[in-house]
Amino acid sequence: MKIKVFYRQILATLLTLTGVVACGGNHDLKFKDEGLIYCSEGSPTSFNPQLDTSGTTVDATSHQLYDRLLEFDPQDSKIIPGIAESWRVSENGLHYTFQLRKQVAFHETNYFTPTRHLNADDVIFSINRWRLESHPYHDIDVSGYPYFVSLGLDKLIKDVRRINGYRIVIDLNKPDSSFLANLATDFAIILSKEYAEFLLEKNQPQLLDEKPIGSGPFKYINYRKGRFIRYAKHENYWKHDRAVKQLIYDITPSSSLRLAKLMTGECDVMSLPAHSELDIIRDRNNLVLDEKPGLNVGFWAFNTSKPPFDNPEVRRALAMGIDKTTLLEAVYFGSAVKANGLVPPSSWAFQEDLRDNSYNPVLAKDLLRKNGIEPGFTMNIWAMPVERAYNPNATMMAELIQGYLEQLEINVEVISFEWSLFRRRLDSGAHDSVLIGWSADNGDPDNFYRPVLSCAAIESGTNRARWCNETFDEIIDEALTYSDTDTRAALYQTANAIIADQIPIVPIAHAYRFQAYRQGLSNLEINPFGGIRFGDVENTQ
Amino acid sequence: MSFYFLRRLNLLVFTLFMLAMASFGLAYLFPGDYLTNLTGIHFESEQQRQLYATLYKESDGVFWQFIAYLDLLWQGEWGQSFSSNQPLYQEVTTYLPASIELSAYALFVSLVVGIPLGFLAGLRHNKLADYSILSMSFIGYSIPVFWLALILILILSLQMGWFPISGRISLLYYIPLDTGFILIDIIRSDVSYKWDAFNDALRHLFLPTLSISIVTSTIILRITRRSVIEVMGSEYIKAATARGLNRYQVILRHGIRNTIIPIMPQLALQFTTLLTNAMIVESIFSWPGIGNWLIQAIYQGDYPSIRSGMLAVSSLVVIFTVSIDIVHKIIDPQRLYRQRVKI
Repeated sequence: MKIKVFYRQILATLLTLTGVVACGGNHDLKFKDEGLIYCSEGSPTSFNPQLDTSGTTVDATSHQLYDRLLEFDPQDSKIIPGIAESWRVSENGLHYTFQLRKQVAFHETNYFTPTRHLNADDVIFSINRWRLESHPYHDIDVSGYPYFVSLGLDKLIKDVRRINGYRIVIDLNKPDSSFLANLATDFAIILSKEYAEFLLEKNQPQLLDEKPIGSGPFKYINYRKGRFIRYAKHENYWKHDRAVKQLIYDITPSSSLRLAKLMTGECDVMSLPAHSELDIIRDRNNLVLDEKPGLNVGFWAFNTSKPPFDNPEVRRALAMGIDKTTLLEAVYFGSAVKANGLVPPSSWAFQEDLRDNSYNPVLAKDLLRKNGIEPGFTMNIWAMPVERAYNPNATMMAELIQGYLEQLEINVEVISFEWSLFRRRLDSGAHDSVLIGWSADNGDPDNFYRPVLSCAAIESGTNRARWCNETFDEIIDEALTYSDTDTRAALYQTANAIIADQIPIVPIAHAYRFQAYRQGLSNLEINPFGGIRFGDVENTQ
Repeated sequence: MSFYFLRRLNLLVFTLFMLAMASFGLAYLFPGDYLTNLTGIHFESEQQRQLYATLYKESDGVFWQFIAYLDLLWQGEWGQSFSSNQPLYQEVTTYLPASIELSAYALFVSLVVGIPLGFLAGLRHNKLADYSILSMSFIGYSIPVFWLALILILILSLQMGWFPISGRISLLYYIPLDTGFILIDIIRSDVSYKWDAFNDALRHLFLPTLSISIVTSTIILRITRRSVIEVMGSEYIKAATARGLNRYQVILRHGIRNTIIPIMPQLALQFTTLLTNAMIVESIFSWPGIGNWLIQAIYQGDYPSIRSGMLAVSSLVVIFTVSIDIVHKIIDPQRLYRQRVKI
């Protein structure tokens, strides 16, 4: 009998212990409701979007930490006031006058306490930083300000003048109809001059980009690379007082893990849901999936500085060797439109009658032989290791292309590295070809042509084809001198013709953009031009 | 006795020395400049490289380089990571406690579950209870950890929504890092949401601990069972029964102590198996431990991190093993080494 008692005791102890560990259940934690967790896809390279064009950096910083002179209205993509309350353009299109908003406070953090509000000096400082090589902060970072340089904005601006504490004038060298749009992009943010001077005095200028001070709805608390970014509400934000108390970026590179976390409630919002997983999100009652045609293009770029890819005929043959329609179905699951040119259908510069190289492996093979490419030729395709809106699965696409090129008796090596390493090696031009793409930062078509294919963009690292064509550059330069869209559209059609003739890149798809979040969040809108915005998001649950 | 300790100590020092040597060798075996692999710095100028070349005694030949390397290791100068540019000593000391913590809780759970079940099976040797526990343990032992972890996630998190699947605590709770052990840090912190955070941390611990401890529990169960059978068949137990003690008294007075003491080192040594399993489970549950960190380092080709991570983990295992051995020798000096390592 005693023995039975003994067993029973053991059993009882076991059960209690299990109970202790398992306790916890699903408590409603009030404290947690005051914050927002965003599962993002990667670590930002910097906390200053002036320094990097990647979507990850922009999503993490631009609209959360900073303000711009102008903003885009996410609804109709019109330019609306930001820090600049009002602006005026002179008749010759060379002088832009901006009247700045007063009472805009910078972040107060444990590493910096501002003593004054945002004024003209901060705006001039922020523009001059990337514009003037002599600026004390210009060479603090070696990135070379890729966005501004690839668009030639540093050459475009002649001077930035201070009229009084809240009014500035920007003088241009020549009229540019996309200038205002460029000031409203995610990259044209306003830094604090006072903070910069404070850091110079402390002899730690590099902290300007690592421990940011801005005037946006959230301020920086801490960051661990590859793990998380922690932001807190900026109490003195000029626009409103309704931002959530905490904003956390939970850095989760795998998209299925992001989705799993969204399902278990560990994230409130996830970035870049995989196209293959969209149905799972649609099926869940507590999740919301928003969808919008994106201003982006995914393409296959040949490294035109490397033989035999410097030969347009070889590039044409390779372009003819792949079937885009299949790629679209297999990689985008139908949530994309086929791209014939650079500009997507939602842009006014879209050319409807643009013809595409049709899929023709026989002709392609012929063309290759004629140009001295023998069977067994080996080339590589670099595939991005991360998902981007314009290409949700570059590795898979590369493998499909590998299959197509095998029919042309070309061997393909698919190459992939960790994202920052990948881009570093890509910058050095080590690739034969790469599957990558471009998401527009503003509504202007120039934002496609110039960063992707202009000569200046080779240096700044966005022209992955390393293709430089002077006629093409002249045409897109000329297009900017007109403000009337018909004339500009005609010029862009000429540019399209050059691209179709030279094929530095093979445009593949314009993908839809998706955003998934849990029910109970309001005011989270897809921003058609790049960065996500959390400033207005409210937790209504 | 002191000769024994000296021998253990000698073994410890020699093994650590070999490990240091291997890690030093890695710097040469990895692609790229060996000095870059050691320091983790991509040199921008020749002067800068020269500075480190003097520090690491590059011109003095491999032997002196190794001595300089040991010296720097001892001072905590482990170089810096390629990817985060943080000092590696600091990185390792932030990530290692998370792994140790997970393994420690898993070991605790395994002991709490494994030993009683082992007793039960051992005492009911060759009866139904024994067979069923044994076959269950076979199943538990045969399940791969990573598969089990995924199944647990699928059922308990994605289907039922009971437990979170990643990290140590919801990121919304800001707990200042102090000891690196999350539960201790929460208790020591003075934040208003202390108990919410503690609760949240426990829920985060549940699945990873469960997935690791299932395998270890079965091992501990089997070790215990074997020892119980051995002890219960021995002469002094028969003598105790003959003296008129009932079975309950026999087990309590003679059985437990004599069963546990000889297998104690074996049980403690499961910690190293746990640590290995924990590394796999860490990457599934995004647990910010050393295993997850090492895997990231491998992905990114971060050679300095791989080198120092390997060194830190293997040193920990070696030091732990030798200390257990010494402690056991103090508690139970009669037993021979041969008997102690037998499973």
